[in-house]
Amino acid sequence: MKNKLKYFYSYIPLIIFFILVLFFARQLILKEDPSELPSVLIDEKFPSIALSELPGYKVFSNKNLINANGPSLVNIWSSWCVPCKIEHEYLMSMSNNIIIYGINYKDNKEDALKVLELNGNPFYAIGADRDGMQSINLGVYGVPETFIIDREGNIRYRHVGPILEYDMEKIILPIINKIKQERL
Amino acid sequence: MIIELGHFLLALALSLSIFQFLVPVLGVKFNSDSMMKSTSIIAFMSFILVLFSFLSLVYAYITSDFSVSLVTKNSHSLKPLLYKISGVWGNHEGSLLLWVLILTFYSAAVAILGRRLPLKLLSLVLSCQGLIAAAFISFILFTSNPFVRVFFPNAEGEGFNPILQDFGLAIHPPFLYLGYVGLSVTFSFSIAALLVGKVDTIWVKWVRPWTLIAWVFLTIGIALGSWWAYRELGWGGWWFWDPVENASFMPWLAATALLHSSIVAEKRDTLKAWTILLAIIAFSFCLLGTFIVRSGVLVSVHAFASDPSRGLYILLLLVFFTGGGLALFAKRAPYLKSGSLFKPLSREGALVINNIIFTSAAATVLLGTLYPIFIDAINNSKVSVGPPYFEAVFIPLMVPAILLCAFSPMLSWKRAIIDNIIERIIAVFICALFLASLIIIIHGGSASAFLGLFLAFWLICGTLYEFFIKVGIKSSFKTFIQRALNLPRSAYGMSVAHIGVAIFIIGVTVSSAWRIDIEKPIILGEKIIVKDIELTFKDIKKVEGPNWNADRGEFEIITSNGAKYFLYPERRFYPASQVNTSEPAIMSGIFSDLYIVLGESLKEEDSYAFRIYYSPFISWIWFGILLMAMGGILSLSDRKHRLGYGLKQV
Repeated sequence: MKNKLKYFYSYIPLIIFFILVLFFARQLILKEDPSELPSVLIDEKFPSIALSELPGYKVFSNKNLINANGPSLVNIWSSWCVPCKIEHEYLMSMSNNIIIYGINYKDNKEDALKVLELNGNPFYAIGADRDGMQSINLGVYGVPETFIIDREGNIRYRHVGPILEYDMEKIILPIINKIKQERL
Repeated sequence: MIIELGHFLLALALSLSIFQFLVPVLGVKFNSDSMMKSTSIIAFMSFILVLFSFLSLVYAYITSDFSVSLVTKNSHSLKPLLYKISGVWGNHEGSLLLWVLILTFYSAAVAILGRRLPLKLLSLVLSCQGLIAAAFISFILFTSNPFVRVFFPNAEGEGFNPILQDFGLAIHPPFLYLGYVGLSVTFSFSIAALLVGKVDTIWVKWVRPWTLIAWVFLTIGIALGSWWAYRELGWGGWWFWDPVENASFMPWLAATALLHSSIVAEKRDTLKAWTILLAIIAFSFCLLGTFIVRSGVLVSVHAFASDPSRGLYILLLLVFFTGGGLALFAKRAPYLKSGSLFKPLSREGALVINNIIFTSAAATVLLGTLYPIFIDAINNSKVSVGPPYFEAVFIPLMVPAILLCAFSPMLSWKRAIIDNIIERIIAVFICALFLASLIIIIHGGSASAFLGLFLAFWLICGTLYEFFIKVGIKSSFKTFIQRALNLPRSAYGMSVAHIGVAIFIIGVTVSSAWRIDIEKPIILGEKIIVKDIELTFKDIKKVEGPNWNADRGEFEIITSNGAKYFLYPERRFYPASQVNTSEPAIMSGIFSDLYIVLGESLKEEDSYAFRIYYSPFISWIWFGILLMAMGGILSLSDRKHRLGYGLKQV
């Protein structure tokens, strides 16, 4: 009996190892990017949030999204956020073809205005969320974040982190084009 | 042309490695001595081929040949020569080639030094090494070829991640890989022993020094990485429990356990199956680390391009080598002869506890590192495990290990009598308690600071006491010197390494307990006092480097004894890769480091954000690790532990 157990024990490391491998294989095959965060809001209406005005710019509210006749982007940004500055030029280049709304997050008015003045304004309308309380409804926890909204005002995609060339070409624009091709 | 030659040589090395695997297997099967003997020559030639292949890539980097895709992506014509060379292994493809170079180097070393090993054992070891080499070379050739050319060469190259341009980091990967891959030798030895079905004395005599050499390199490699993180990342921290750091720490923990179990295997001819299992596990952790770092299954701050198809290949390698090794172990281990018995209270018993603690620690780090994967698989949510988990579970595990470490060298083999050592333990305990309390009473401090100091003093006192007993504490000066000279170097090695652990603990404890952080805007000309040091923000100006430009601040430092220094923290901008980095200015001393990081300029005139850290004793962390490695080298220089055991001494 004792001998039999000895034979069994020597298989334990092997068994543990293969359980580990199963987990690895799952992670690899699903090919999920671990930095990608799913949003609970996918395919839900964009939540109604009350944002204040940024002087000299149209105010953004979720009413803008409801009667839209095309896809749009909602971008959450700040003047103090370095990745947002890198992202800015890509937003500028997309703004000719698609409506982009901005949510200015936990920022002060002067700084935000200065950024738009210096680097240009890619936004059709901007709402300011001074204390970040409104953006909680969106599940925002870092800037920049971008939501893709379809014709009916539903969130289709959430992008965490800056939109760089790769993200724009391979992720954002394909989804936009898909939405454009959908019939009403 | 040269790069094509390198590519060709690597392909040739692949076929040779396959031979290196097959020839000895056939030799053993048909009992042909000549076939088995030729394995050594194949191993040596395969090393030469990989060496030239590697040198061709180095050549492409030095001459900035931007028609090579890898060079374009990772180098820049303006880069200093040292970083052009280190650029070879600063990326996925090149680092794998370095990995293979070191692997074939070790195989060649075993082939040359192992002439007196039983022929069957030696050729099976080389066969296993050949199989590992074949697997990794084909991984390089089929998924990550460093020799690919581009059609439209870029004139300048895209640059190289600037924070990697650092001397410590330039030599960090070679050391780390010398450690990782060194463990492949003990792995191959274990597989060969399982295949042969017996563990000879000569096997044990070989495994210990080869583990030791891998352990020394791994220790230095990890220390270099941590030293780099401290100087470059700009947060004043030295260990972040990041998955990639853990990937190097797990093999280290397993190798440390292996190091101690091989002592028992060597001295007492027991625990042999366990030593074999540990050798398999230690190398598996290296493969696992490779998988974690390069497959992208976990998020890490470290810069390696991850690719799921590569991940799949490494996973297959892991399944093949680890799975194969463990399956062989499961089948054969029960038939290995078990060695001599011992009482729980004995040197063997203490080393077994050491092994249990170190393998549990490795398992704990493994669990924390992989936890995000488990949770994702079980309930589909994303979590990340941070330093609080690791600190909460790791430190309590290490406390008993340190307590044990001080007095287990005093225990005798086989059966120790507690009465013989109880007085010594009490003496060491009182001494450590006194010293730790003294410091806490003078400087104040938390309970954890007290615990850390107590453990360090306990270990120092215990090690020194044990050393003095060995050389005769009551003997005359002359016999004292004589006995000290006659003591084997491995005994010194152990004492030095254990003192190193104590120094390390002091560094960790003191630098975290008495650290001062200042993070605030500082106006030009403002004076700040940290502890008893006076800092004045004197000036800020623009400077140009070879491939960057920077804002450089100037600080005048006046220490308590009136000495005057200047520190220049920088904020660099690298145009080639459009990246900002901060270069902290560090005034390193034996007893404290002053660490200044220049942040962004603020709106108010001449005001900049600064982070200033005062960390006492932080350099003791690396000094302690260095001492551990020194201890390893001392042990290695002991004539009992020569790498080529069995060869006649010249």
